[in-house]
Amino acid sequence: MENVKCECGHVNPFGTYLCESCGKPLIEDDGQVADMRYEGVARRSQTYKKSIVDKIWNFFSSVKVGIWIIVLLLLASSLGTILPQEMYLPPGERASQFYENEYGTFGKLYYQLGLHDMYTSWWYMALIAALGISLVICSLDRFVPLYRALKTQRITRHTKFLERQKLFAKSGQIENIEESFAQAEEILKKKKYNIRKDNGNILAEKGRFSRWGPYVNHIGLIIFLIGCMLRFFPEMYLDEHIWVRDGEEVVIKGTDGEYFLRNEEFKVVLYDEDDELYRESLERAGAPVVQKFQTSATLLRRTSTNAIGSEPELEEVKHHYIRVNDPLTFGEFALYQVDYKLNELAEFTFTIEAVDEANEEDLSEIEFTVNLYDPEMVYEFENGYRIEIMEYFPNFVINDNREPTTLNRIPDNPRIIFEVFTPEMDPDEDQGEISLVGIQINEELNGENDYRIRMIDVEMRNVTALTIRKDRTIPILSIGGIIFMIGLVQGSYWNHRRIWLQNRDGEIWVAGHANKNWHALKNDFQAITKNTAIPMPIDQTEENLNERSKEIEGVEDNNGSTKQ
Amino acid sequence: MVQLSSNFLHVSFFLYLAATILFWVSITGRKFKNKEGIEKNRSGPIGYIVSILAVITSLAYFAIRWYAIGHAPVSNMFEYTTFLGICMALAFVIIYPIYRNNYLGLFTMPVVMLIIAYASMFPREVQPLIPALQSEWLTIHVITVAIGQGILAIGFAGGLLYLIRVIDFTKASNKVKGLEFILFTLLSFVAYILLVIGFSFAEYEAVFNYVDERGNEAVVEYNKPALIGPNEGQLITVNRFDPWISAPAIIRSDDLNTVIWSLLGGLLLYFVLRLIFRKPIGGAIQPLLKNVNPQSVDELSYRAIAIGFPIFTLGGLIFAMIWAQIAWTRFWGWDPKEVWALITFLFYAAYLHLRLSRGWHGEKSAWMCVIGFALIMFNLIFVNLVIAGLHSYAL
Ligand code: HEM
Repeated sequence: MENVKCECGHVNPFGTYLCESCGKPLIEDDGQVADMRYEGVARRSQTYKKSIVDKIWNFFSSVKVGIWIIVLLLLASSLGTILPQEMYLPPGERASQFYENEYGTFGKLYYQLGLHDMYTSWWYMALIAALGISLVICSLDRFVPLYRALKTQRITRHTKFLERQKLFAKSGQIENIEESFAQAEEILKKKKYNIRKDNGNILAEKGRFSRWGPYVNHIGLIIFLIGCMLRFFPEMYLDEHIWVRDGEEVVIKGTDGEYFLRNEEFKVVLYDEDDELYRESLERAGAPVVQKFQTSATLLRRTSTNAIGSEPELEEVKHHYIRVNDPLTFGEFALYQVDYKLNELAEFTFTIEAVDEANEEDLSEIEFTVNLYDPEMVYEFENGYRIEIMEYFPNFVINDNREPTTLNRIPDNPRIIFEVFTPEMDPDEDQGEISLVGIQINEELNGENDYRIRMIDVEMRNVTALTIRKDRTIPILSIGGIIFMIGLVQGSYWNHRRIWLQNRDGEIWVAGHANKNWHALKNDFQAITKNTAIPMPIDQTEENLNERSKEIEGVEDNNGSTKQ
Repeated sequence: MVQLSSNFLHVSFFLYLAATILFWVSITGRKFKNKEGIEKNRSGPIGYIVSILAVITSLAYFAIRWYAIGHAPVSNMFEYTTFLGICMALAFVIIYPIYRNNYLGLFTMPVVMLIIAYASMFPREVQPLIPALQSEWLTIHVITVAIGQGILAIGFAGGLLYLIRVIDFTKASNKVKGLEFILFTLLSFVAYILLVIGFSFAEYEAVFNYVDERGNEAVVEYNKPALIGPNEGQLITVNRFDPWISAPAIIRSDDLNTVIWSLLGGLLLYFVLRLIFRKPIGGAIQPLLKNVNPQSVDELSYRAIAIGFPIFTLGGLIFAMIWAQIAWTRFWGWDPKEVWALITFLFYAAYLHLRLSRGWHGEKSAWMCVIGFALIMFNLIFVNLVIAGLHSYAL
């Protein structure tokens, strides 16, 4: 592995194809045009091939492998869109049954292959990790040598280097070369070329910084991928939900009990059906369209650290209308409008009446309200009546053992078992009249009752559902994204052009190279050759093309004929 | 106001048509000679001026509609697809001066017309924005994506031009088949547009009762004779075509029916054209392109993609993530629309690397330009209408 000394005196690392300094080909090949990729520098991956480390390095630094990774990711990603992912199943559906029920055998297979939750699968993650590793290695493999080569490049290049450029020409013997060169220099300066001179030879260069574009964008991507990975550390990411009823105050999860949210009012606003602008569309839709979901929210903060159990003292921090697309943010947290429930039962108001119409007792005093979230169990009245709640089922169901029970604490289907004691009864000794009451339900449970409980009012509340989000990876992702975009623009909207003008024993040798946008380079050549003795370079690959196209009569295929 | 904006769009459509004809003349009209007998064919530059006018009028449509409806007109299929067409024309207007390639105009303008005509097949009335779509970031995201895709679409026009120019149509090969397939697809869009116009002119309407995927009774209205009926469908309208087979419940049968009609129509158009030319359609176009320099078209389409890719990435991924973070609480959710934007991004990234490092120039590169555009259209049409995700515009 010895370094190679070129005839120009520059010492090149082993494996160099074009001398870093003068450009003389150090490794002969038979192409007509030199392969200018990465300036023909020696790359680690092309040079060392022995140890395991070398093999891994070489594997990941290969663009072929990189492209394969990209293509595999692409194909894999598309698989995940054939059927909905698990997270998009309708609420309450079980993936293990859903896919088979909905999509038959194909669905079952899809589920068994794990494609229903593909983007978090180990192999998809592994592909992304491979992309990241490949990005790091391939960039390192190329960046350093490329940087060195562009820095050490000489102005006067070897004739073999010039000859083998894609754009090349030489003139015959010419007088006054200096004059032509001076003119060209003026023109190129106007075109914002950087001019360097050596011995009457000129190297005009423009947009070299765009060569770093790919490396910058790869770095941005790497930072972005790192940010995505950090999400899996619990400290970095919070995803919680709260349901808050109108008028209620709820602690915001994840804030260690420091912050509370009060929902002043949640509402759904619909588009006005009489609005001229939307009438036609609303008619066709046939259903009302929501204009906004809005929680009028107040953020509260605990001011004192009270003893556990006592009511916290809260101070209002700010008020915000939380809407879809307009979260409430504070510190690292953001609260998003994600769901809602309209008209959840909140309170029932009851009275009792005598079943026997002849009974003219005045019961109008008896009126009581049951809070369905947290009912009081006993209601006593001055006229001696007493009503107790024996049992409360917020969300009533009959379970598998045919016993009444409740699904959860949410009053979606409340049933109350009341026991009514008249003034004559002793609640400790006697048994009152028992009835089961719910919406449109009133059953007597122990024989015939003299009194019937009657619902006279129902209070309902709206409930809003908010997602609490804290995501500390966002700054990292943003930085990655910005760097990525800068690199992308840098590499795509600028290009690196070089023009070599040399005086070789009274002949003009001219050659040009662009990493992309040859069109612009050719235009620049047009400008400097128009009124000077400098010959217009020929596109040597196009030459090839034309010869070939003559052979096959206007039909040709020029795959891979131009390399940059 | 909305009416006024539509009028501008109509005018621009005819200007695009005029530009197409002018570019056509600039290529074929060699016989135009001025008084001195010198060949002078100025229809190329005139065609360019007309395309600029067309872009201006279609942007006027866009601006006026925006003003009239109070939000950027990019929030349903009609509006977005129209804007995509406009962006493609805009990209052409920007790129033409660099390469002065009239052939590009001949290929771009018809595609623009096709996209705008296709867009007009969707309901055009003003639709209110649902809460999730009420966001400036969404506007920025969608407009940037459309501009990016419009520029990438120029890469497609260039790729197609390249392929028709270089492929050998005298021998049957996979390349010829592939190219003919692309042309057939374009013809199917033409057929679709003609069919929709035709049947709506005839006021065709057939209503079915059917059972939807949740097992509920539902009603669907067909605007074309039903070759494929809905799941357990029952025709209610009298005197209408009874479908041959019925589709499973998870498929939107009326859309599938339309697709089948379009493909049949495309096939019909294709074979009529083949009968007229008596050779592959690409082969019939090829002689027109004999003066095209393949290498310059190759560079042009690469250029379009190099310019369009960053804009597409910015709009389709970065702005999309910002919007998603604000609207859906997370910047990424693996919803089909997002995934397909990612796939498009990866595809063009692969294209750039293949070109840069593996020397995929010329024909291979041209195929990739064409496939890339197919991906964009797939995401727009198939993913939106069939794999309806969160983003589905369908109201
Ligand atoms: C999705 C991931 C990737 C993106 C978006 C991306 C993007 C880019 C872009 C935009 C360029 C510039 C291309 C041009 O100017 O035409 C580029 C160049 C390059 N990329 Fe990537 N890249 C990705 C992954 C990779 C991977 C995995 C590798 C490793 C094998 C790789 C290796 C390279 C190389 C070697 C260059 C050329 C650098 C030069 O010209 O000096 N890229 N990349």
